[in-house]
Amino acid sequence: MSASVTRVQGAHGAVHGLWAQAAAGPDRFPTPHIEYAQLSPVLIVFGVACVGILAEAFLPRRNRYTAQVVLSVVGLAAAFAAVIALAEKGYGTTKAHIAAMGAVAVDGPTLFLQGTILLVAVVAVLTFAERRLDPMAHGRHVDSFAAQGSAVPGSDQEKAAVRAGFTSTEVFPLLLFAVGGMLIFPAANDLLTLFVALEVFSLPLYILCALARRNRLMSQEAAVKYFLLGAFSSAFLLFGIALLYGFAGSVSYGQISRVIDGTAPMTPALANTTGNDALLLIGLAMVTVGLLFKVGAVPFHMWTPDVYQGAPTPVTGFMAAATKVAAFGALLRLLYVVLPGLRWDWRPVLWGVAIATMVIGAVIAVTQTDVKRLLAYSSVAHAGFILAGVLATSRTGVSSVLFYLAAYSFVTLGAFAVVTLVRDAGGEATHLSRWAGLGRRSPLVAAVFAVFLLAFAGIPLTSGFAGKFAVFKAAAQGGAMPLVIVGVISSAIAAFFYVRVIVLMFFSEPKVDGPSVAVPSPLTSTAIAIGVAVTLVLGLAPQYFLDLADKAGVFVR
Amino acid sequence: MSFPLLTTTAVVPAAGAIITAAVPAARRTTAKYTALLFSLATLVLAAVAMIRFDPSGPRYQLTETHTWVKNFGLHYDLGVDGIAVTLITLTALLIPFVMLAGWHDPDPLETADNRRWRPTQGFFALILLVEAMVVIAFEATDVFLFYIFFEAMLIPMYFLIGGFGDRAHAAGEDEGARQRSYAAVKFLLYNLVGGLIMLAAVIGLYAATAKQLGTGTFSLQEILNARAAGRLHLATSTERWLFLGFFFAFAVKAPLWPLHTWLPNAMGESTAPVAVLITAVVDKVGTFAMLRYCLQLFPEASKWATPTILVLSVISIIYGALLAVGQRDIKRLIAFASVSHFGFIILGIFAMTSQGQSGATLYMVNHGISTAALMLVAGFLITRRGSRLIADFGGVQKVAPVLAGTFLIGGLATLSLPGLAPFVSEFLVLVGTFSRYPAFGIVATLGIVLAALYVLVLYQRTMTGPVKAGIEGMSDLKVRELVVVAPLIALLLFLGVYPKPVTDIVNPSVRHTLSDVHKTDPTPALEAKK
Repeated sequence: MSASVTRVQGAHGAVHGLWAQAAAGPDRFPTPHIEYAQLSPVLIVFGVACVGILAEAFLPRRNRYTAQVVLSVVGLAAAFAAVIALAEKGYGTTKAHIAAMGAVAVDGPTLFLQGTILLVAVVAVLTFAERRLDPMAHGRHVDSFAAQGSAVPGSDQEKAAVRAGFTSTEVFPLLLFAVGGMLIFPAANDLLTLFVALEVFSLPLYILCALARRNRLMSQEAAVKYFLLGAFSSAFLLFGIALLYGFAGSVSYGQISRVIDGTAPMTPALANTTGNDALLLIGLAMVTVGLLFKVGAVPFHMWTPDVYQGAPTPVTGFMAAATKVAAFGALLRLLYVVLPGLRWDWRPVLWGVAIATMVIGAVIAVTQTDVKRLLAYSSVAHAGFILAGVLATSRTGVSSVLFYLAAYSFVTLGAFAVVTLVRDAGGEATHLSRWAGLGRRSPLVAAVFAVFLLAFAGIPLTSGFAGKFAVFKAAAQGGAMPLVIVGVISSAIAAFFYVRVIVLMFFSEPKVDGPSVAVPSPLTSTAIAIGVAVTLVLGLAPQYFLDLADKAGVFVR
Repeated sequence: MSFPLLTTTAVVPAAGAIITAAVPAARRTTAKYTALLFSLATLVLAAVAMIRFDPSGPRYQLTETHTWVKNFGLHYDLGVDGIAVTLITLTALLIPFVMLAGWHDPDPLETADNRRWRPTQGFFALILLVEAMVVIAFEATDVFLFYIFFEAMLIPMYFLIGGFGDRAHAAGEDEGARQRSYAAVKFLLYNLVGGLIMLAAVIGLYAATAKQLGTGTFSLQEILNARAAGRLHLATSTERWLFLGFFFAFAVKAPLWPLHTWLPNAMGESTAPVAVLITAVVDKVGTFAMLRYCLQLFPEASKWATPTILVLSVISIIYGALLAVGQRDIKRLIAFASVSHFGFIILGIFAMTSQGQSGATLYMVNHGISTAALMLVAGFLITRRGSRLIADFGGVQKVAPVLAGTFLIGGLATLSLPGLAPFVSEFLVLVGTFSRYPAFGIVATLGIVLAALYVLVLYQRTMTGPVKAGIEGMSDLKVRELVVVAPLIALLLFLGVYPKPVTDIVNPSVRHTLSDVHKTDPTPALEAKK
């Protein structure tokens, strides 16, 4: 087989990198060398996810919930322990290298982001597992997920499923699969791994989005929108990968960057076919579009408000936090590893994207009347702030983005967890007018939400301020002062709508038929408490975490 | 290691805020006394700092230095010069009076049925929190540390304005709530925008120091030393941009025309004690920061901007006074009078003479005390009548002579009557301005004439004449209210006759500041009253 490939290729005089290895003959076919220990965080998560599927298949229905929750938390904790162990052994700094045949980079940013994603996921599991908020259905506590995803909304089948007390415990394995993909995404060191990881984490998210217990049609609509636009962006990504392969004759980040630099060892045949700058620019633009879609940057942000609003709120929180971390990790690696020599080509465009993202996200958020849509547009604005850090093109830039992501993700999780608490007869009361006077009725919940909003707004002594300061500082030092100025102006606009919510909660008279605040189980309370604690600790004493991000700020090439 | 007096001065009110907030809902009176106790303890600490401060000693005293966030160049550096220690004492002095005057302000918000809603605890805890943050801002000798608290104090202030606003609103309860929330948001947005623009400048300063010194720093001392040693040199255009970023934030806070428009709303809609907190305490951070940061960090740019700033401050003086004359609302009148007075303070600072700056610092103190006296008495008046429109009052001096008398003294202090404290400072500012910029001095003097007009007209309309309907049964000042007003009036008289204790502490610091800007007094004019 491989011999015939050689003959065909030789005949055409075109030898491509991937095929060339196989072409050398069976005796030189390299044994796949996989560093299992260094990939252990990913492997643990996938392993536990598979066990979760089996549990779903074989355990009796009444035991599944407990088993899944315990499995997920233990699995994620074990994976986090593995990340810590790897970091302790120095894989984040001195022993950073490229593992799994060039597919995965194990280095500082990888470990930092994996650790962040795993912690976010643990907290998300807590909110997924909450069963005290929804009113009891037929004498049973239920969670935020549909009784049976396949049952048509409003059908007899659905009613039967609710009556029988079905619950979608498969959300936990789905979450784990998504987390597994997210762990690989920022670590991916070649374009194919990048694409596979993207699909691995996206598909479970599409399903999770469709599984809301209330407003099922809206939830399914959100999922379809997310899926269609996601597929669209995947196509962009894939097409870009093909073009980049055409440019460099390889999908490996290192090889592409060497071809760009002109330092790649080349055979004359290779030299004839590679190095077409048009392919490089178009290919890279398309890959970047795919990634910018996932981070929700303007003009690829259209999906965020609908999806954030329609998805079950715990899923929204998880998605808003973890997807952003993973996608920015991948974007950072792509821009810093593949393109260090080509900054002037992509910088102006990305500057434009960053400015548009900050301004448009902040301005449109002002007009929102739904808490979840408001937070969606705020996440767009925050993507712009993070992009400002990305565009610092320096090591400080990388570490500031890492820190920002860690800070932002916990604020986001906490904020969405609070949103799940405010309820009326129709489920969560997300329309802002319903939140009027919440501060009078439930001062504690309103105060906690105010803390998160102030952190989003970047008020000093919260993690949001430390993060914002870090990225703006890096951007200023990297010569991107205009971005900083646009950034502070957008922050001022953004502050307006965060503050408006606080005004509504504290200074408006409560409505007579206003929503009530459900008393959560310790699960959601813990999630919110973790969010508040991280927000305050990263705001008051960020030094340790800044050091950590600083140490982790170097990509292995 | 010596006793961290400055940290303690800030930690005591902060701790007081937490403890007050934790008092159970039913124990409202306990909460009030707890808060008062902590504010008095802060006053004692501030007095100790004032006494231990040696005017002939080094520039910054009682210093504490720790690194907070190394990566940001942020230090926990505290230290006071004469100006800072005076303003800290002023703050600590005013807070107990603010609390006593606002003793019953949160009462209407209490509801019997909701045990989680604790407005009284919140009100007093927020006041203590503001105090702690203001104190830290005065003490900070690290630009970034200052910025953090300069910005963070907006949040408790915002809740005080929006959550505990004045209920005496002519247009009814709903309209009142709307106005209140509008005022609170306006306050927050103006100051937040100012603060965020300053943030850009703060980041720019970091980038500049990082580039030239290797590691970025915000320590005032390090920056000044580096500049003195020639290791740090800001390009002219950079220095001007950074100066503008800083000055904008301070001019919003101070407030300087045309950035003043939030102040009348905020003071009008909040209760009198909170209005005093805004104008007498929080706004002083803005003028203080002009002296401390604008002049010291960016001396060349300060000189470059001086003509413009002088014009703006003279406009503030005249414009504020003119609008005060035309107000129908007592609290808005006092707010516009404050705009006029802040114009004097800024004029004194940027006249760049030792009398001007000593006068400006003294003005900050005197304006704090005189506005507190006038505003708090006005607050007592408004609470009694349930209205703040001047037209609703008349003949008060017949039914409540003590109230009317104290109101008159507060008003006379506001118009800088000789013998009362503000006269000394206003005179110094004008002399200091006149010796360098006679034209500005002359125009600013018009402000005094207008001040006489708005104060006396206010007194005449509200206190004299026939007793209006709704005034007949008005009670005179109660003991609690007298306890608030009497010491303030005593202070006004004392500092009016004998300002030496304050000027002695302030003068050496002013000379330091002037030498930073490389300015000397133009002619051997008369030294600040010794």
